[in-house]
Amino acid sequence: MSALISVKNLTRVFDVSKPWLNRVIERLPKAHLTAVSDVSFEVPEKSVYALVGESGSGKSTIGKMVVGLLRPSSGAVEVDGVDLANSHDTGAVARVRADIQMIFQDPFASLNPRWRVRSIIEEPVSVQGGDTQGLAERLLEQVGLAAIDADKYPHEFSGGQRQRICIARALASEPRIIVCDEPTSALDVSVQAQVLNLMSDLREEFGLTYLFISHDLTVVQHMADVIGVLYLGRLVEEAPREELFTSPRHPYTQMLFAAAPRMDGFGREIEPPKGEIPDPINPPSGCAFHPRCPIAVERCRRERPEMRKLGGARVACHLAE
Amino acid sequence: MTTPILSVRNLTVEIPTRRGVLRPVDGMSFDIAAGETLGVVGESGAGKSMTGNAVIGLLERPARITGGEVRLKGARIDNLPTEEMRRIRGKRIGMIFQDPLTSLNPLLTVGEQLSETIRLHLRVSEAEALRRAVAALDEVGIPAAKARIGSYPFEFSGGMRQRVVIALALCAEPELVIADEPTTALDVSVQAQIVALLRRLCRERGLAVILVTHDMGVIAEAVDRVAVVYAGRLAEIGPVRAVIQNAAHPYTAGLMASTPLASVGRERLRQIPGAMPRLDALPDGCAFHPRCERADAQCRQDPAPTVTGCGGRAACWHPLTHSAAEDVA
Repeated sequence: MSALISVKNLTRVFDVSKPWLNRVIERLPKAHLTAVSDVSFEVPEKSVYALVGESGSGKSTIGKMVVGLLRPSSGAVEVDGVDLANSHDTGAVARVRADIQMIFQDPFASLNPRWRVRSIIEEPVSVQGGDTQGLAERLLEQVGLAAIDADKYPHEFSGGQRQRICIARALASEPRIIVCDEPTSALDVSVQAQVLNLMSDLREEFGLTYLFISHDLTVVQHMADVIGVLYLGRLVEEAPREELFTSPRHPYTQMLFAAAPRMDGFGREIEPPKGEIPDPINPPSGCAFHPRCPIAVERCRRERPEMRKLGGARVACHLAE
Repeated sequence: MTTPILSVRNLTVEIPTRRGVLRPVDGMSFDIAAGETLGVVGESGAGKSMTGNAVIGLLERPARITGGEVRLKGARIDNLPTEEMRRIRGKRIGMIFQDPLTSLNPLLTVGEQLSETIRLHLRVSEAEALRRAVAALDEVGIPAAKARIGSYPFEFSGGMRQRVVIALALCAEPELVIADEPTTALDVSVQAQIVALLRRLCRERGLAVILVTHDMGVIAEAVDRVAVVYAGRLAEIGPVRAVIQNAAHPYTAGLMASTPLASVGRERLRQIPGAMPRLDALPDGCAFHPRCERADAQCRQDPAPTVTGCGGRAACWHPLTHSAAEDVA
């Protein structure tokens, strides 16, 4: 199976230095934050690839680089074999770009409050000079709203309904890939279920490929075919859903699963994980997880583990087996 | 039976608006015993936080309590003058809010904030207050507490900051703590630490805790009893295991079923159709009836009666589990 999205050694560094005058006066060096560090993965067509991780793990930064909102510092995102950031074939890049859409976390911030729903949904098509006749009405019905809603403004809708509008907008230009950045984190559970079901239905109907970004393990487990676990900007484990949840191999994945609250965990007494996510400006040497890792050895402090294949999974750990 | 730490009876909060009176909290009743943790769950806008704020007298105008009573160890506190309520707040009832950054003063060191609170509520010397502040930080698991006492809030990470907030809530030795979404802003691994900390402190000190959250997993692991709130009303209250595994109210059952779970795998999630009604457009009868598959004419007309069973109670005409024989109880 050939990959539709192929992310190769993707790295993104942000310059978070203070202004130069402060640096001179306070004698500070330049500060760099490596948000994404050497991440590689492939997403086959018509599958759901999920990226999970805690805050600061770089999952949203990867999402933004895949849609082209950010340029990679090094490495590449290839969609359909076209390198989005570096290809000189502008025609090919434009064609591929039109195949990618995004759904954001906060449906209260991602819809223009002064635009009618119709204009919001039609925009991705009209900027490309496409035909928008009856488009908004058709899409609204497809996402479970009414055709007459096209003439309303975003404030007239609840959070779940707004997220449906965002989905309709993402579908408007008939994309093949949708990058969903925490699409249900701002929603209540009962509404979250509606939106997740809708996304599953649309995936089958339109043959979509999702890059699904979330911190919620239960949502990821429900939606994804393959899951990549990120820690401090690095991919630490990647495995098909079943395999990841039945036998997590990386100590961080194991810790994450143990710490996640469970609906059947009545009065569960667990030893909570130690420590917190380290400062990404000064990440630990070697394996970024070693200061919190229960099985770390001397080698973990010195040497950054490479991704290696273990069964159906890829794991970046010296000791995992 | 001993007097509960907190007893809330028919609590009603109203907000007068130009288009009529809204009732974000409508006839809420519950008790909390010493050493007990009561979880309050519900969707946004259900009235969870409003209930907590009404109990501690922190309603923002024009919202006000218009009915019912709140008793702390048997004494009414809902009609106290502002000054007396201020003395109870912080001293006898501690509070933990969602965002640890906004609940700390950024201009004061954590030591100053802690000792200020301690001296406000307890008659101790400045040196003693500082000693207690260090002990409080130590108790919530902040490493090198003595050295961190002079640090400002921004110098702490999110999880550490929430620990400071917990220390602040507990330093005057309250009997009751109201924690409003204390872990929502935190990552999973840190959330587990904070939940474990709250449970340990609750057990060691015999604290009564109200834990407001929308996370069912946290509820299952951290509370003894749970109250499910819908449109300002108590839909169901009972021991946590009974409510989660054997819900009586169709709303509770729907809420549980719509949570993506390990066992469900890739099947479709069960969804509750529609959304919670707005407070200015509440339906007649049971507020849940437009979304309920068990609803009939009676539900559309009359407010739901309270049925008891399984150690709890639910407000429903057609409860799922409680048997008819128990209705009389």
